[in-house]
Amino acid sequence: MNSRKHIAIIGATSKIAEHCARLWAEDQPVLLSLVGRNRDKLKRIVDDLRVRSPQSEISSFEADFVIPEKINAMVNHIGSIAPVDIVLIAHGYLPNQSECQHDLKKAADVMFINSISPVLFAEAFARQMEQNNQGTIALIGSVAGDRGRKSNYFYGAAKGLVTRYAQGLQHHFTGKGVKVVLIKPGPTDTPMTANMKTAGIKLASAEQVAKDIVIAIEKGKPLVYTPKKWWLIMMIATHLPAFIFNRLNI
Amino acid sequence: MDHSITSSKRSAVSSWGRLSASLHDVTCFTNPEEVITHIQRAEKPAIPYGMGRSYGDVCLNPAGCLWKTDKLDHFISFNRVTGKLRCEAGVLLGDIQRLFIPQGWCLPVTPGTQIVTVGGAIANDVHGKNHHVKGCFGNHVISIKLVRTDGEIIVCSSTEKRDWLEATIGGMGLTGIILAAEIQLCPTPGVWLETENIAYNGIDTFFSLADSSEKEWEYTVSWIDCLSGDSLRGIFMRGNHTDIRRKPRSNKRLLSVPLTPPFSMVNRLSLRPFNLIYYQLQKWKSGRSVSHYEPFFYPLDNIRNWNRMYGSRGFYQYQMVIPRSAGHRAIAEILKTIAKSGQGSFLAVLKTFGNEKSPGLLSFPLPGVTLALDFPNKGQSTLNLFKQLDRIVDETGGRLYPAKDARMPAALFRKGYNQLNEFVKYKDPGISSGFSRRVMEV
Repeated sequence: MNSRKHIAIIGATSKIAEHCARLWAEDQPVLLSLVGRNRDKLKRIVDDLRVRSPQSEISSFEADFVIPEKINAMVNHIGSIAPVDIVLIAHGYLPNQSECQHDLKKAADVMFINSISPVLFAEAFARQMEQNNQGTIALIGSVAGDRGRKSNYFYGAAKGLVTRYAQGLQHHFTGKGVKVVLIKPGPTDTPMTANMKTAGIKLASAEQVAKDIVIAIEKGKPLVYTPKKWWLIMMIATHLPAFIFNRLNI
Repeated sequence: MDHSITSSKRSAVSSWGRLSASLHDVTCFTNPEEVITHIQRAEKPAIPYGMGRSYGDVCLNPAGCLWKTDKLDHFISFNRVTGKLRCEAGVLLGDIQRLFIPQGWCLPVTPGTQIVTVGGAIANDVHGKNHHVKGCFGNHVISIKLVRTDGEIIVCSSTEKRDWLEATIGGMGLTGIILAAEIQLCPTPGVWLETENIAYNGIDTFFSLADSSEKEWEYTVSWIDCLSGDSLRGIFMRGNHTDIRRKPRSNKRLLSVPLTPPFSMVNRLSLRPFNLIYYQLQKWKSGRSVSHYEPFFYPLDNIRNWNRMYGSRGFYQYQMVIPRSAGHRAIAEILKTIAKSGQGSFLAVLKTFGNEKSPGLLSFPLPGVTLALDFPNKGQSTLNLFKQLDRIVDETGGRLYPAKDARMPAALFRKGYNQLNEFVKYKDPGISSGFSRRVMEV
């Protein structure tokens, strides 16, 4: 039983996270701890994974994503089941930009859920893994975090914070047994981007993004763009001089 | 806090035949609760759409709304003792096979592609190479959870609301949205099949091969050269599950037709030589062998977008069933008519159906023989050929398969499916398809 990997997923009801869970569980029996906010959504995913991987042991936890003490307690509880080999921190949501601009409360919520909350989870797991000197922390950033733009700078700023945090954590763990993987997906076909589909944007499939994530985690890559083309697109976007970039209607 | 929203977008949607790409207002469902709330609020009729693998317009609703169900892809439970599987309607048959065959269970009935949803398999009551043993997909459906556009949820089975089960199996999605189903899986020794290919000549030989194989072979089917006329030339293929173990297959290479050529790659110049070469090659390779289930059941799934090879105008598939008594004569006449027209494709399949009756009111199979052929769309000349074929089907008491159809006359459908009047009572007024308006006039 101890040979099974213990994988924790925070924000387990996100489409990308769910496809990662399917890949892990179908590959070999695992110990899965799924953390989410919605009990019914978690149950649907747990039932599905139990059919896909009868030998895996799957638990789900409804958790608070805001209060630091509760985050800490949740992470400690998961660690007490068995040392965590991989944690994927996947929660977050794409807000309506103009709503954030007119409602600071909304803006604060967006900033918190997309940046502070994932970082607090990561930090709690980091301390745990540091003690064991092993484990992988995977954070989902976004290409939107590479450069701020008018159509989604709250989301972009939040994801940018995650990027800086991951860099710092990677620096901290250099030469040690803990790995930190930062994934930057491009626009992906999930309920989160349902509105973008109307704008005619070509979206990557959640399955493909999940495959890239699982491979990146296995290899312990520090930074992964998925689909890969976004590395090039963002390389150009981040290097465009402001007097050109700021004229673009993006 | 729930940030996901049900929104729709207008986009061009085709079915597998690629005959049309009409605009639809497409709504993608991601969970069953969303389906229930959304469809009650819908203002215009829609049709459920899974993987779009039916060939004509049973899955289309031109200029109307479409409900995509492929993301309802969760398993619910599996009983490892009884083999009963409960899953949402968007689960792919391929996922069931991939996950359960290594555990010793397989789908009792599977069509020629595994890239279809469970909901689609029920709605079209699909059949496979083992119809003479296991009947249709619908014969193995234990229960269905259906939601109507008035919000009513109906759970039907052979013991409870059986009439709804009978209307929904083969009901082309018109009785409500299938949310989930319970299916009886079948024990299987593993991923391998013992197969035998036999090259043959003549319709008589086909029928005697089919009859003599039915007792000892679970799977039988025949490829035919559609240009060989009544001096039929074909390859008879039969198979059984086996507990023989072979080395695991190396990573399969997925081929793809990357773009749509401006004209059909299947045409007068290519068809005759292809059929000849394929026949000679199969004849040379004939005999017994062991095959993995994927190339045996799903030979074309390995070529992504193979439907593009028929070019930008798309293609029709014509699949009919002829009652056994008239089978021989009708098949001869149909093959003669097709050979004379020079139209067709190398995808031509002949198979005998058994006597197992499906519960579905509008289920396609009848005891007899079925012939399925692809035809590149050449416009009026193709439609004229179909008219001639319709006449033969009509005279012999046969019928056409709605899942493959994009053009059958309403009268032929009504005559072939005499339980239509009973079925219409179960149709959901908030659901409509191109097919239902064209052929059922509802």
